[in-house]
Parts: sequence; structure tokens; C-alpha cells
Amino acid sequence: MSRALRIPGSKGQKEVSQDGRRRVDDENGAMVEAPRMDGLSSGRIESKVISVEEAAALVGPGSTVMVGGFGLVGSPLTLIEALLSSENARGLTTISNNVGEPGKGLGRLLLESKISRAIGSYFTSNPDVMERHLDGELEVRLVPQGTLAEAIRAGGAGLGGFYTKTGVGTDLAEGREVREIDGELYLFEKPLRADIALIRAHRADTLGNLTYYKTARNFNPDMATAAEVVVAEVDEIVEAGTLDPEHVVTPHPYVDYVVRAEITLGTDAGPLLDQAGGG
Amino acid sequence: MNSVMHDIARRVAQHLEPGDVINLGIGLPTLVADHVPEGVKVFLHTENGMVGAGPTPEPEKVDPQLINAGKLPVTEDVGAAYFSSSESFAMIRGGHVSVAVLGVLQVDRLGRIANWAIPGKPILGVGGAMDLLVGAKTVIVATTHLTKKGEPKIVEECSFPLTGARPADLIVTEHATFSVDEEGLVLEEIAPDSTLEWVRSHTPVPFRNSAALEAV
Repeated sequence: MSRALRIPGSKGQKEVSQDGRRRVDDENGAMVEAPRMDGLSSGRIESKVISVEEAAALVGPGSTVMVGGFGLVGSPLTLIEALLSSENARGLTTISNNVGEPGKGLGRLLLESKISRAIGSYFTSNPDVMERHLDGELEVRLVPQGTLAEAIRAGGAGLGGFYTKTGVGTDLAEGREVREIDGELYLFEKPLRADIALIRAHRADTLGNLTYYKTARNFNPDMATAAEVVVAEVDEIVEAGTLDPEHVVTPHPYVDYVVRAEITLGTDAGPLLDQAGGG
Repeated sequence: MNSVMHDIARRVAQHLEPGDVINLGIGLPTLVADHVPEGVKVFLHTENGMVGAGPTPEPEKVDPQLINAGKLPVTEDVGAAYFSSSESFAMIRGGHVSVAVLGVLQVDRLGRIANWAIPGKPILGVGGAMDLLVGAKTVIVATTHLTKKGEPKIVEECSFPLTGARPADLIVTEHATFSVDEEGLVLEEIAPDSTLEWVRSHTPVPFRNSAALEAV
């Protein structure tokens, strides 16, 4: 059995609603063959490993893209770099804690005018965000970091949203539903989902099971659950059956594709780490 | 950071108890880690997904993928653990963090804080400030008594946007320590090199003296 998979947001008019969901006209949605999975039926495991270029081609105009990372740590820098040279990657809505750092990671996509809307918790460490926002080129939606993470988790867990105490009585509560539960006030938050999630992990097996490395984990396991298509960029790819099942953090059903990282934060990334203000 | 900052951090650290899981905000609160009293073992929670963050590594031992919420390099303390962002904030909101130490722009007479936005400018960063304020069991404000321009940070009403409705539990400056109850601020302690007169004239809100202070 060969299943067809739609490239998210590659063609046709679409609208992105407040919660990041999209509506695509089925007739205009482009179709692409997913890597063949028919090996499974014959007991052979087909690899989910694809090239960086193939992965970048999954991001189409107007896509809503979840991108892992806290600053650049845990951010899929190879995939982001590949989007720079992709014609189709434009008018993107990003769901990511930050918009990278100035000129780095998602910050580079911003400078190339590929991002039109950013949903995240902390953009202050990248002054380009302020500049583009004031120029009217970038729409920004600010969400408290814990609410952002939980909205992504809810999106991946099939929930219609959740109530949180975070933000009650603040400017970020304007126009939002407030509900009293057992004598305390809570704000309602809708789930977040994306067309595609580009995440960063440490080790993947060919099935797509993932382990992570230190604080590069951050939003990645959450985002792995909350998009139509999930691509994991990893340091190392091993055969299925090699990873200790007790160590797997993201189980393989969440992951559609795996690519090998070509860019890793080295110790030469020092200056990036000097910029305080992760939020 | 200058000696006043370290002085405030030292005064905050006196309030930590063995076994506390603490979360330190960016800037001045980060210094609290350097002043934890001997014999008091605490565990540093960092919102980007770690509990058990250890001290700053030697430059040659920096791991660029091991950072705290201020994006500064840290190390693994004994028993360190990593987790996702959603779990990190579940931990915060769920009351599993004993103490959050937060910096502020302003504190009002009821102990409510403003530490995330400046009026008149587009608001482009909130980070974990609001989550920590509502979730931590104890919230300690660590701040200089006055702004760089010499204006009081403790004010009748915050002119900056509030971070939440929950008041802080303790406010620690280089001159004084206040606790907060339903009626407002209670002066608990005056720093050895400060005076009640100085504190009164630079704290333009009503406050009461604690029973302990009255007894002195």
C-alpha cells in the first residue's frame, strides 16, 4: 500500500486562523508521494530518512511551521538553512519560542522576508523582530512561555484547549474568556497545531524514535506531536532496534521524516550564548 | 554585577531552605546561586527544561547545548534531569517549584509586580515571567530599592503593566526586606547599613513594621 501525502500549504489559497490551524482547498492541495512504507507489511522496516532538500520542499507558501529551540539551542539549523534557498518557503507563520537570534536560525529567515507572522513567547532578544513588526511586515502574537508549550501539547493531544492561571489580570488576557474554577480565575487557551514541525533531536532510529541532548530538548518533544508532518533533524541515525526503548523520548509514530544535521551549535557559538534574555 | 547586586542576592539566599527547588530570573536573581548558604542544598530549575543546573563551567568546558533561561552556559549538578518545555511549565504552574526569585520594574503597595513590559512600546517578550508568578509556591522579588534614575521601585500603583494578580511573598532590596499580607507590605528587616528613616523616605507606600521589628 502506498499512501499519498499532501505537501502542507504548497498551493492554493488558504487562511490561517488564530490558533494556527489552516484551511486548504482540497482540490488545490498538492499531493506528494511519501516514502514507501509498504515494507512494513512484509515485515521489513522502511526507513524514514530523507535528504535535507526533500525535507525543505515540504514547506510551502503560507505554511504554519513549528520550529523547536530555545534561542538557537535545540533549533533545527540545517533545515532552517535549507529553507533559505527554497522558493516555496515564504509567507510563513512560525510557532517557536523566539525568532532565532539576530541573523541566525529563524532570524535569518526573517531577514529574507520569509516570515510574515510569528507566534512565540520572547522576541526581545532579536531586535530585527521589533524592526519588522514596526515596519508592518511581521505580525506578532505573544504568548506566555508555559501557555505556548501547553497549547502545543494540547494540539498534539487532541484537546480543545485548557484553562490556565497564567496571565489572568494582565494585558495578555484582553478579550479572552475568563472562568472561575473552585474560587480561582483561569484564562482559556486554544490548542496550537501546525502544517509542519521542524524539530531537533540527538539520535533517531530509522523508524523515527528520538532521544534528545541536554537542554536542546525544550519544545521539540511537544512540537513532535502537534503538526500534520513532523521532520526531525538529528546528530546520529541508527538502525531500528538499537535505541534502548526506556530511553526513547519521542516514540516513532509521531515522526514522519528524519534528516541528518549538517549544522550543529559548536563551542564557536559562544557569542550566541552571551546574549542574555531567553525569557 | 556590582557589589549592591551581590548584597541583594545574598540577602535573598538567606531565605532558602534545604531541598528547595528554585527558579532564578534573568539578571540580578541569577546571582542568588552564588550566595546559597553553606549546608543548604537547593536544586536549580531552569525553565528551558532542566532541574539541577550547576555553576558556570570553565570556558573550555562550555557545552553550547547546556544553557539556562538566560542562555548562559551551565553544568549538571548531582541528580540533574532534563525534560520538555511543557513539562517544565507544568512543574512551575503545578506548584512543584518551591521558590521563584524575580527581578522587577515596579512593585505596588499590595506586592503585585510589573516585570515584563514597558508602556508605549510594542510588547515583544514575556517568556516565563507570568507562569512563574502564578505557579511558584513562594515568590521573592530581588530588586534595587531605587531605579537607576533614583526613583522608588515600590510604588502606590504600577505604571508598567502587571505581570499577574498574585502578589509576591517577599521583597528584598539592599535596604530592606518586606513581607506581604492581605493588607500590604510589612517591613521585616532593615539592612545593617541602612536606617528606618531612609527606608520610609524612599518607599512611598504605607507599610507596617513587623512584630519582630517593633520589639527591637
